[in-house]
Amino acid sequence: MKILVPVKRVIDYNVKPRVKADGSGVDLANVKMSMNPFDEIAVEEALRIKEAGKAEEVIAVSVGPAKATETLRTALAMGADRAILVQVDDGVEVEPLAVAKILKAIADEEQPGIVMLGKQAISDDSNQTGQMLAALMDRPQGTFANTVEVEGDSVTVKREIDGGLETVKLTLPAIVTTDLRLNEPRYASLPNIMKAKSKPLDTKSPADFGVDIAPRLKTLKVSEPPVRQAGIKVADVDELVAKIKALGIA
Amino acid sequence: MKTLVWVEHNNAHVKDATLSAVTAAGKLGEVHLLVAGSGCRAVAEEAAKIAGVGKVHLADNAAYEHSLPENVAPLVTQLMADHDAFVAPATTTGKNIAPRVAAMLDVMQLSDILSVEGDKTFTRPIYAGNAIATVESSDAKLVITVRGTAFDKADAEGGSAAIEDVSGPADAGTSSFVGQELAKSERPELTSAKVIVSGGRALKDAETFQEYIMPLADKLGAGVGASRAAVDAGYVPNDYQVGQTGKIVAPEVYIAIGISGAIQHLAGMKDSKTIIAINKDEDAPIFQVADLGLVADLFKAVPELTEKL
Ligand SMILES: Cc1cc2nc3c(=O)[nH]c(=O)nc-3n(C[C@H](O)[C@H](O)[C@H](O)COP(=O)(O)OP(=O)(O)OC[C@H]3O[C@@H](n4cnc5c(N)ncnc54)[C@H](O)[C@@H]3O)c2cc1C
Ligand SMILES: Nc1ncnc2c1ncn2[C@@H]1O[C@H](COP(=O)(O)O)[C@@H](O)[C@H]1O
Repeated sequence: MKILVPVKRVIDYNVKPRVKADGSGVDLANVKMSMNPFDEIAVEEALRIKEAGKAEEVIAVSVGPAKATETLRTALAMGADRAILVQVDDGVEVEPLAVAKILKAIADEEQPGIVMLGKQAISDDSNQTGQMLAALMDRPQGTFANTVEVEGDSVTVKREIDGGLETVKLTLPAIVTTDLRLNEPRYASLPNIMKAKSKPLDTKSPADFGVDIAPRLKTLKVSEPPVRQAGIKVADVDELVAKIKALGIA
Repeated sequence: MKTLVWVEHNNAHVKDATLSAVTAAGKLGEVHLLVAGSGCRAVAEEAAKIAGVGKVHLADNAAYEHSLPENVAPLVTQLMADHDAFVAPATTTGKNIAPRVAAMLDVMQLSDILSVEGDKTFTRPIYAGNAIATVESSDAKLVITVRGTAFDKADAEGGSAAIEDVSGPADAGTSSFVGQELAKSERPELTSAKVIVSGGRALKDAETFQEYIMPLADKLGAGVGASRAAVDAGYVPNDYQVGQTGKIVAPEVYIAIGISGAIQHLAGMKDSKTIIAINKDEDAPIFQVADLGLVADLFKAVPELTEKL
């Protein structure tokens, strides 16, 4: 079985995003970019399934600018076997629906048993791509995975839901999206980073898969959220008690 | 415009998250509801009473009992032949189903909307709420998830919509429900609590969290939340997590104890009316958003606070 792992290059999660003064978007110039944290978890989970002898090959794929090669090299350094870059021009944002269509085309070629995605990209916060891919492939989905267990021709996914946890069993091939507590992703060792440089990386374009990436949503403007002003510091617990009582909750 | 709203329920009662979605849908036009489940006529009857609802579609089928997206997305897609927009609350159920519907309809979903600006224009948070995008859809039909804290709740009473039985596709046969572990708690649910007391990594372990956070929460009749660090370390179950990837809350009062205030945590609570922070580090970022800050060791301050309240 092959596992396909889509990874997105996004602003590093430690960076505080700044809205551009002209309201056209978020300033990404000279900002540290990294692999979407949920996708690192997806790569890790795919590798663990392979290491447990339940998959033969882990293929990382990214839809993004030439620089997304770095993200794919990170996946290869972690242990993925090969990578596919579906390259678009710098500054072009491909929406989840179009990404899902590209992934569907790749899945048709590669026939993976599992496509393991992150649950959400921390840039657009869409939380859509995996579910959309599952619809396009007409296959089952296990979203927000907390635990993943592959057995024979099925995968059992324990999902993080609002009230706690839910377990579903899916017939392979299936789509899984990762939540934060699924695992702790490994760091790539220096030798593995060196090795990753010679692993195969194919470059394609959306047109190769016949996918139109024209956006369906038009961003009219991007603005700062209302800013909260820092309030006051109270001197001690007594002052805090008085203030809380004044709020009328105690 | 005719909208179809996903009713979130447990096959017995309508869940509150539905009511904010109804309000959002009402801004687009005529509101129809979909109750999909098993043995759930009582839910449809309850839903029919929600103010402002035109019609309730009831799809009662064992295949829909657990809202498996493989089974309910085709049902919704079928009903979308007669509707212009599908609106779901941005709960884990809504987020699971709506994008699947969107792809089946070949439209881009609008996730987690904060406001309705026009027929096709909405605002939504991006980058963990550090930016708000105003976006316009060019698709023929809309698929939307709604952030509960951004819309008032529709009145649960006052309506008298007709209930119409609908049948949809059968079990897709590719997925099955195995079980659930639902946290049972006497406390108010996080997303509707008026007061929330949240604890962070500083609480050390599950026992300490219980010992210091719970009595204060009891005193205030508050819901209990936590940072990701506290959840990851096993102090409390995952459904306590507040933040970008946990629950989005906006209570009257949010009390953050031993939480540093990472942007991912702030994303989930910075719309709270009053924020109170207790942290021993006076430079902790949480103080930049707190209305009331106390720089103190929580192990001294919290018991004293609980006692004096
Ligand atoms: C993709 C992604 C998504 C994430 N999503 C979320 C999310 O949804 N929610 C979330 O919360 N986090 C999330 N995080 C994690 C987030 O970045 C932080 O790591 C986390 O919020 C830190 O939790 P904390 O504040 O409890 O711990 P810390 O940052 O370790 O802070 C502990 C605080 O306690 C204070 N303290 C210590 N001892 C005492 C004492 N005795 N008395 C008083 N104060 C004390 C310290 O001064 C410190 O400020 C996410 C991270 C990533 C990468
Ligand atoms: N451009 C992309 N390239 C590769 N994978 C992507 C891309 N966009 C989204 N994904 C995958 O889909 C997941 C969810 O993204 P989103 O739906 O944008 O929140 C991510 O965690 C990735 O696994």
